[in-house]
Amino acid sequence: MGKTFKTIDEAVIRFAGDSGDGMQLTGGRFTDTTAIVGNDLSTLPDFPAEIRAPAGSLAGVSAFQIKFSSKDIHTPGDKPDVLVAMNPAALKVHQKELIPGGTMIVNLDAFTKKNLAFAGYDSNPMEDGSLDDYFTVIPIEMNKMVTAACADLDLSPKLVGRTKNFFALGVLFYMYDRPMEATELWLKKKFAGKDAIIKANSIAMKTGYNYAHTTELFTTRFKVEKASLPPGKYRNINGNYATSLGLLAASEKSKLNIFLGSYPITPASDILHTLSSWKHFGVQTFQAEDEIAGVTSAIGAAYTGSLSVTTTSGPGIALKGEALGLAIITELPLVVINVQRGGPSTGLPTKTEQSDLNQALYGRNGEAPMPVIAAATPGDCFYAAYEACRIAVKYMTPVMLLTDGYLANGSEPWMIPNMDELEPIDVKFAKKPNADGDYLPYLRDKKTLSRPWAIPGTKGLEHRVGGIEKAENTGHVSYDPENHHRMTLLRQEKVDKVQNEIAPTEVYGEKSGDLLILSWGGTFGASRSAAETLQEEGFKVSHIHVRWISPLPKDLGKLVKSYANVLVPEINLGQFLRLIRAEYLVDAKGLNLVRGRPIGAATIVEKVKETLG
Amino acid sequence: MSETQTPVLTKKDYESDQAVRWCPGCGDYAILSQTQKTVPSFGRKKEDIVFVSGIGCSSRFPYYMNTYGFHSIHGRAPAIASGVKISNPDLAVFVVTGDGDGLSIGGNHFMHALRRNMDINIMMFNNRIYGLTKGQYSPTSEVGKVTKATPYGSIDIPLNPPSLALGAQSTFVARTIDRWQKHLSAMMERSYQHDGGSFLEIYQNCNIFNDGAFEEYTGKEKLDNVIELENGKPMLFARETKGIKLEGSKAIVVNMDDHSAEDLLVHDETDLDMAHIIANWTSNPQLPEPIGVIYCVDRPTYNQDMVDQINSAKEKKGKGSVQGLLNAGDTWVVD
Repeated sequence: MGKTFKTIDEAVIRFAGDSGDGMQLTGGRFTDTTAIVGNDLSTLPDFPAEIRAPAGSLAGVSAFQIKFSSKDIHTPGDKPDVLVAMNPAALKVHQKELIPGGTMIVNLDAFTKKNLAFAGYDSNPMEDGSLDDYFTVIPIEMNKMVTAACADLDLSPKLVGRTKNFFALGVLFYMYDRPMEATELWLKKKFAGKDAIIKANSIAMKTGYNYAHTTELFTTRFKVEKASLPPGKYRNINGNYATSLGLLAASEKSKLNIFLGSYPITPASDILHTLSSWKHFGVQTFQAEDEIAGVTSAIGAAYTGSLSVTTTSGPGIALKGEALGLAIITELPLVVINVQRGGPSTGLPTKTEQSDLNQALYGRNGEAPMPVIAAATPGDCFYAAYEACRIAVKYMTPVMLLTDGYLANGSEPWMIPNMDELEPIDVKFAKKPNADGDYLPYLRDKKTLSRPWAIPGTKGLEHRVGGIEKAENTGHVSYDPENHHRMTLLRQEKVDKVQNEIAPTEVYGEKSGDLLILSWGGTFGASRSAAETLQEEGFKVSHIHVRWISPLPKDLGKLVKSYANVLVPEINLGQFLRLIRAEYLVDAKGLNLVRGRPIGAATIVEKVKETLG
Repeated sequence: MSETQTPVLTKKDYESDQAVRWCPGCGDYAILSQTQKTVPSFGRKKEDIVFVSGIGCSSRFPYYMNTYGFHSIHGRAPAIASGVKISNPDLAVFVVTGDGDGLSIGGNHFMHALRRNMDINIMMFNNRIYGLTKGQYSPTSEVGKVTKATPYGSIDIPLNPPSLALGAQSTFVARTIDRWQKHLSAMMERSYQHDGGSFLEIYQNCNIFNDGAFEEYTGKEKLDNVIELENGKPMLFARETKGIKLEGSKAIVVNMDDHSAEDLLVHDETDLDMAHIIANWTSNPQLPEPIGVIYCVDRPTYNQDMVDQINSAKEKKGKGSVQGLLNAGDTWVVD
């Protein structure tokens, strides 16, 4: 068994199989183990919208990619080094993305005539040699292996067959020298009471591990050392969970109960699921009858003094538009979360996109400004959600938080924050009249321009709010032209005041140079990776990432004008680009790819080099 | 709804400082006045009452009540009110809506608020017309209604609101009429006292766009055309000269000259089958219009169930620690 260990900086693995093959779960187990080992990591789950497309079909292929490294990384990687393909369809969809010379680990048992035909293969690629010139192909009869290994268990062949993903997981654990204990514990928890299932999966995993150890197909094992991350306590986290935690942290800090009004929609539903399980924190979740009831119930709860939230994706925001205007004119605090997906219409429900920026900024009738913040990474969703809550209650305004499918489902190691170190959220409900014995619901705070928050149940402050234009201070219905103009300006000015909350913009690299990569939202990782590569190669390229998009940071205008070129990569046709051009009159250029997938760092590097000639 | 101290308030306390802007002669005036008169009898503190409305003539209502109030957007009042009630279940929450606001654009929220038995009081002013948009037919307008939008007559079948409410699993369904001041007040009282979602339909005259829509129930002939439902009482109407009995599942009008009270149907507010039958009389010209409490049963409310679930979760798991949750799961330390 002359296996050699080779230490590498990083690796990219993609698990691909049928929707029923458990690829997301396998990827999740590999990810958690990799986190415990101490590597930096980034993941990209990629699954179809259909719950179960026909077994073996191209449409039913589900994949999970992970990049892990001994260095600080920002993306799930462009092309995998290793592809695990559980059936011909998975191979067909993903083989072209494997790096030349990469390794393919294939479940040979799935390469039946029927499956091959279903995947559109004329001949069997496992037999015709078509792959051998380009890749290291390791065919394994996974079904036969697990069937033999689990022969003594009292389990149906069907259930035994389902453990083949754990066999593949075991192979990968061996290849990359990962421990199996965490997964065994996880199995015991997940399948508590189903001993045969726990045992079968555990046996399958170990069989895979031992098989890889014994067979001569694997000549090299790889070591990826611990990443040198800043000191602290870490966990692995995905964006939707981080968003949920951020809301909960804001609830504790503000001493307000969360009210979530929401209607299930991909890829935002997990926030609803997670918050629903936190009843012991006093969290109220209301699965509404539709998107509109989701936001309007939240507006009702905001009027009544809750930390109100509504979660959705692009189509849901479209339906909520009128109600968002109501929250703006009634000046009630509300956090609106859009986990963006491919559009328009139903679009690509399970794929990522950044194409709802215009909708977030302008998608309402009338002059209807609201602060918009976008999370940069899965872990940053926590801080962005927390900020959104803090600004909403401080400025008495709805705030839109943009994340996306990539951030929501992708994960990374995350330094666990200390609650004591988060910025305080002080909420003071109005208790007394504020104008010579009267209560003026629209009398503004001079600094923030926010109005007081008097909630039902407060004696003497009975007042009416509504969607008709408000008279300044009194909040009475007013059709006065001058008043309307003034209130329109005031609502905008209030949002602009949020600039005072934005930290000075960080520049990665020099504060001037040949080119600035200017990113927002989920393209942070690829942009930062590209800037790192380019700087290492000696290019005068810097990177600025923008989190607050409405209002934009005060210092951004000056910064973007300090570079000969500005490149804005985004997964849309240039929505942020046009904003930057309009705001700052700079001749910024876009890198726009709308494929439902993250933009790769290599693509940005290439574009920068092309721009700089 | 228990209150330790009953404030003594009067109609005046509930009048806001805003000038009322409905058309002179509108039925809404009578409803507003009766509401301001009746609400003090609930013995609630003014600050614990919230009126929520959508869009339409009736939806201006909250501006005129000196309570907390929310004039929202078209059709969404039941959803907003649900948020208010869940956020603070101690509040008395009223929804004021109309036939267009509540049944057309807001039909979905109407249905689901009732289904959940959210403890809110929905008062629907039904004038069978769109008033604020100046006279188009509504989802309760009769077939053939000639309006600006239907110069050849409408071809839509109208909804019968109580039937819809019953189908939506409402636990309280009642009907009254703007001009029946005492009855209106009694129905508001019943509606408020009901622990659960309540639906009160109020026939309301729009003297501009649909004048006299309910004349047959309010004019001289009204006693022949209306039956006032009373729980446990036989179904008598027209000064007790007529009654209603069941033949199979069909209700028929009988003359009391040749029938006795024992022959008649006896109203039972808790009988859902009977409630459906009664609600349907509206669409049958042979039968009188049912006015009063059609259906009333107790069922757990959504808002109370949510309180209970949260309390029981806190009891079982202990009050959560956010820092504990942040630190949970597989963690590792980088030195």
